[in-house]
Amino acid sequence: MIGGLFIYNHKGEVLISRVYRDDIGRNAVDAFRVNVIHARQQVRSPVTNIARTSFFHVKRSNIWLAVVTKQNVNATMVFEFLYKMCDVMTAYFGKISEENVKNNFVLIYELLDEILDFGYPQNSETGALKTFITQQGIKSQTKEEQSQITSQVTGQIGWRREGIKYRRNELFLDVLESVNLLMSPQGQVLSAHVSGRVVMKSYLSGMPECKFGMNDKIVIDKQGKGGSSEEGGKSGKQSIAIDDCTFHQCVRLSKFDSERSISFIPPDGDYELMRYRTTKDIILPFRVIPLVREVGRTKLEVKVVIKSNFKSSLLAQKIEVRIPTPLNTSGVQLICMKGKAKYKASENAIVWKIKRMAGMKESQISAEIELLPTNDKKKWARPPISMNFEVPFAPSGLKVRYLKVFEPKLNYSDHDVIKWVRYIGRSGIYETRC
Amino acid sequence: MTDSKYFTTTKKGEIFELKAELNSDKKEKKKEAVKKVIASMTVGKDVSALFPDVVNCMQTDNLELKKLVYLYLMNYAKSQPDMAIMAVNTFVKDCEDPNPLIRALAVRTMGCIRVDKITEYLCEPLRKCLKDEDPYVRKTAAVCVAKLHDINAQLVEDQGFLDTLKDLISDSNPMVVANAVAALSEIAESHPNSNLLDLNPQTINKLLTALNECTEWGQIFILDCLANYTPRDDRESQSICERVTPRLSHANSAVVLSAVKVLMKFMEMLPKDLDYYGTLLKKLAPPLVTLLSAEPELQYVALRNINLIVQRRPEILKHEMKVFFVKYNDPIYVKLEKLDIMIRLASQANIAQVLAELKEYATEVDVDFVRKAVRAIGRCAIKVEQSAERCVSTLLDLIQTKVNYVVQEAIVVIKDIFRKYPNKYESVIATLCENLDSLDEPEARAAMIWIVGEYAERIDNADELLESFLEGFHDESTQVQLQLLTAIVKLFLKKPTETQELVQQVLSLATQDSDNPDLRDRGYIYWRLLSTDPVAAKEVVLAEKPLISEETDLIEPTLLEELICHIGTLASVYHKPPSAFVEGSRGVQHKRLPGSAGSGESVDSPDPGSAAGVTEAPPAVIPSQGDLLGDLLNLDLTPPTTTGPPPAPSSGMQLGAMDLLGGGLDSLMGDESEPLGGDLGGSAAMGAGFGAPPAAMPASFSAPVSGGLDDLFDLGGGVGMPMGAYSPPKTVWLPAMKAKGLEITGTFARRAGVIQMEMTLTNKAMSVMTDFAIQFNRNSFGLAPAGPLQVLTPLSPNQSIEVSLPLSTVGPVMKMEPLTNLQVAVKNNIDVFYFSSQYPISMLFVEDGKMERQVFLATWKDISNDNEAQFQIKDCHLSSDAASNKLQGSNVFTIAKRTVEGQDMLYQSMKLTNGIWVLAELRVQAGNPNFTVSLKCRAPEVSQCVFQSYEAMLKN
Repeated sequence: MIGGLFIYNHKGEVLISRVYRDDIGRNAVDAFRVNVIHARQQVRSPVTNIARTSFFHVKRSNIWLAVVTKQNVNATMVFEFLYKMCDVMTAYFGKISEENVKNNFVLIYELLDEILDFGYPQNSETGALKTFITQQGIKSQTKEEQSQITSQVTGQIGWRREGIKYRRNELFLDVLESVNLLMSPQGQVLSAHVSGRVVMKSYLSGMPECKFGMNDKIVIDKQGKGGSSEEGGKSGKQSIAIDDCTFHQCVRLSKFDSERSISFIPPDGDYELMRYRTTKDIILPFRVIPLVREVGRTKLEVKVVIKSNFKSSLLAQKIEVRIPTPLNTSGVQLICMKGKAKYKASENAIVWKIKRMAGMKESQISAEIELLPTNDKKKWARPPISMNFEVPFAPSGLKVRYLKVFEPKLNYSDHDVIKWVRYIGRSGIYETRC
Repeated sequence: MTDSKYFTTTKKGEIFELKAELNSDKKEKKKEAVKKVIASMTVGKDVSALFPDVVNCMQTDNLELKKLVYLYLMNYAKSQPDMAIMAVNTFVKDCEDPNPLIRALAVRTMGCIRVDKITEYLCEPLRKCLKDEDPYVRKTAAVCVAKLHDINAQLVEDQGFLDTLKDLISDSNPMVVANAVAALSEIAESHPNSNLLDLNPQTINKLLTALNECTEWGQIFILDCLANYTPRDDRESQSICERVTPRLSHANSAVVLSAVKVLMKFMEMLPKDLDYYGTLLKKLAPPLVTLLSAEPELQYVALRNINLIVQRRPEILKHEMKVFFVKYNDPIYVKLEKLDIMIRLASQANIAQVLAELKEYATEVDVDFVRKAVRAIGRCAIKVEQSAERCVSTLLDLIQTKVNYVVQEAIVVIKDIFRKYPNKYESVIATLCENLDSLDEPEARAAMIWIVGEYAERIDNADELLESFLEGFHDESTQVQLQLLTAIVKLFLKKPTETQELVQQVLSLATQDSDNPDLRDRGYIYWRLLSTDPVAAKEVVLAEKPLISEETDLIEPTLLEELICHIGTLASVYHKPPSAFVEGSRGVQHKRLPGSAGSGESVDSPDPGSAAGVTEAPPAVIPSQGDLLGDLLNLDLTPPTTTGPPPAPSSGMQLGAMDLLGGGLDSLMGDESEPLGGDLGGSAAMGAGFGAPPAAMPASFSAPVSGGLDDLFDLGGGVGMPMGAYSPPKTVWLPAMKAKGLEITGTFARRAGVIQMEMTLTNKAMSVMTDFAIQFNRNSFGLAPAGPLQVLTPLSPNQSIEVSLPLSTVGPVMKMEPLTNLQVAVKNNIDVFYFSSQYPISMLFVEDGKMERQVFLATWKDISNDNEAQFQIKDCHLSSDAASNKLQGSNVFTIAKRTVEGQDMLYQSMKLTNGIWVLAELRVQAGNPNFTVSLKCRAPEVSQCVFQSYEAMLKN
């Protein structure tokens, strides 16, 4: 199991050091600093073995978090734990920075004592932890409160406490998708997938039972009828094939496995209900058509056309096209029809920004790149052209069909809950080779 | 409020100031001071001097302060054990607190304080907490049992905590169940033979129920534990799989991978024609792909695991090639791993896409990545015949880039392509020759020279090319020199007329001016061949070469099986068995997949069986004797209970003796025994094992020796090891003549309590050797490899490799003649070879072989004089003290020394791995180089071997 956890600043000074196992000595702290943080070479692996001691690390801005062990631990669990630890810290004091870690070191030690016992992760749900670990120290609780805390921390529904009350029962549901694309210069899709998340904010009283439905092909086919007519969607398709999905621990997995229905008692506040992945019938919101011509050894002509490929009534936002330039670029002349374009020498790229663009339109940029003559034998690697954007629909075609709320003990019904649904499609790694 | 100020104080006299503040009356000030102390502790300053002052702050109602003090205690209690006692009262009191959070905090912290005196006080509160009404306290207490076991295993057993822990598996609270499972698994790991985690269908059912309800972490503990279970039949296997599959949709990747592990393991037992088997295979692919959209560190772990899964069951991911395409922004460690998997998945169906990708990667910036991509193109050519032509043309395009390392890497792989498809792509040689000058790495130079030599008849200026290399012959690396020598001889045999001078030149360079024996030897062989029989020389040098295999870098099958059982863990990340990086007894045990177990060894789940009864027998108390030695002992004031090495149970001796004498084991093992090497077929044997339920082992079969032995190991574990153990020089075990070019020289050594078989494998053949594996025949002391033979890279011709193989002594036992004879089978891609060697018995002397004087005396008297053997050691010029020191290095312990009439008598004891004690009296007379050794042992057979070791150890 986990032998110890260290947090370092960018210089390699220890900010937090908590050792859980006797086989980890103080020298482990230095071993990691010397061999990883101060190593000359770029880090080649997130797992390092130094003198039969294994180190796992993740980095958040300038802060290194390292887990150390001498045993054959579950490596996946260690990384999941590190991410969780980061989440918990962020939930408590915001960004993980040297200053914040130092300012909250007592709290962090307290959390580490609670979340890991003898190197075994225990409950790491912020909601539950916040009930009894506070920066102000524990207030003396009544006996009922105490047993309520402990039963929540250890119980079956560790993510929600009893007795939550809201005057207005409200639900916010965001379908956030990032669409990933790798396209060949000729316009052939090499790989494309959507990774999506359903993020919720729930302000519901009591212990409500929720049921979530979407246009999952398997469910729709099972029911033997397509979705109702208003759910046609932009592409006209009625259901989508989900390759795989994973759920927040509140979702009853066995029920999903047998009936493919998503039922759960939600945590209070923000949480991620599910993640999913699709690869079929993806709407690619933009198409990038590059044209690169080398004119002699000192000049490069680049022309890039982007085409928006969605309903003309919708607007894409925050569009940014990044065209890499060779390292020996000496000057760039740019002409673009729309938006603003700039050559950024420090980033070796032309950055072209367009604030808004409607569907079924196209725009173009041309650039003349002057090159310094070099005797560098190595050819320019021609990194791909990448794109960023945001569109108000789900590129996978996913639609929320319903989200039902039942709370039998309290007197509010599904109809009394105010529900908001929003779709946002963003670019993930959206690249076209040139 | 900011706490960062606590980090800033660095001035002198700080400790005094802190001391004053800690003793302040004001609560706030106290708390501030403790925070400063913790901050100093964090950055590595020694604040142990403040121990009493900090502990004084412990009695407080302020929980935050209390936690800080506890944190301090955990760090420093070990250095101040006497002071730590001061804290006990508060702990005990807190364990009775009405607030469950405080009760749990107290028991949790107390378990972290590794001071014997404190642990004594821990037992009672722990017992109460294990039965506490509050689940939060119970779940904390469950982990505390594991902590206590780590400090004092005996105490935990004596107090019956293990049974209470087992009861907690049936607890109503899922988190208590999960923690109990975690604690039990950990304890069971350090007692491989105990039946602690008694997994039966009832407990499995309880675990599966808890699985649905507990936290994500608890689910991981339970799944990892489930993976150790072996279902009775395929029906049970299927029903467990069905209940585990929903976990594949969990958001936590560790839950997913642990579920994959269980499924991969239990799948082995399902008949392949079962519908469910196909369904399960289909269900595995999507979650594995999803892991690749996690954070990069997790992707890395996932990819390392997928690499194993793909080797074991390629069908799962065969259609998912695209997801392994490298993204421009992937971290380098993800890129390299993806590349590996792409090659494994490459097939005729997807080769076009793969090649296009690889070509793209070959233009990237990271040198390692580019090289690997180029190499991958070559591997595709070898793996998918239809694509070879396209691969070659891609490689040629890459050579045109003139990027130095790309060109070199391309030439190295083109050589392999020539090997695989002879006489097909020679048209490209001209292009290759253009790049001769840019090659500066030995591997690439050697490859190029090989190509020139191999195709000398088609290269007009082959002689000029080779001659140009010859100029700097002595500056080249051995690899290049050897290749050059061979290439020129080839050239000569093909074009004898023009190249006579050249061949003379290279032969004299190799034989007369070189210090390298390999080079000289090869030179002489060629020289004599050429001068005696040119026709024979032609046959030898220009012989047809064996084909090279399609798949490279495959993990050896038994290792792969073991790694599949460790999916998700560090072992799967390193692709090494846990024994390779975990110290001590943990993880030494090898796991195997269920279907293929039961073929001859019982490493999987040894049953303590018959051994348990014997080892648990209380050590016989031997009354002290009124003798000279006894008197010496009486002067010793230390009470016997706290002396270092625990008294060895005399029954252990009997056990060992019985095994050796009776040979009764043989009859028990009758049915299981297989001719040596029967299991070496590796994959073949495995294939046959699928689908069949594991052969039930007779309980008595699983090496009764091991039961007692492991306990003894545990005792000996932590003791500091003297490093000077005697190890004989290496001798040739397997001459190359007998083994188609494989030569093995070796010796045995005992290092840090582990017996090592140290071998040098030398490839004296012309082709690459791969797929090494090793196995032992049954032998007198149950020696068996503790891990697979670690020869991970193929052994190329003229290369030798040093391998060190740790041995365990839990293998099957059979008396050998002579006693220390060991029959070994070594397999490689060419054949299986057998040899036998003798190990010095001193390898088996364990570290805790020092007998108590009293016990020694009684035992000496107890063993009948018939069992005494006397030997002479001649010509040994050592003083008695030097001899004693020398022997001590090999775990022969001098218990007492007596001088009678100028003659030193040393009384010594040693213990063998199977618990046999050997007692010795060594007489040394000053000035006389002849020593006399008298040995007494309940198993007199070993005396001869022990004597031989004595001689070797002393004269070495």
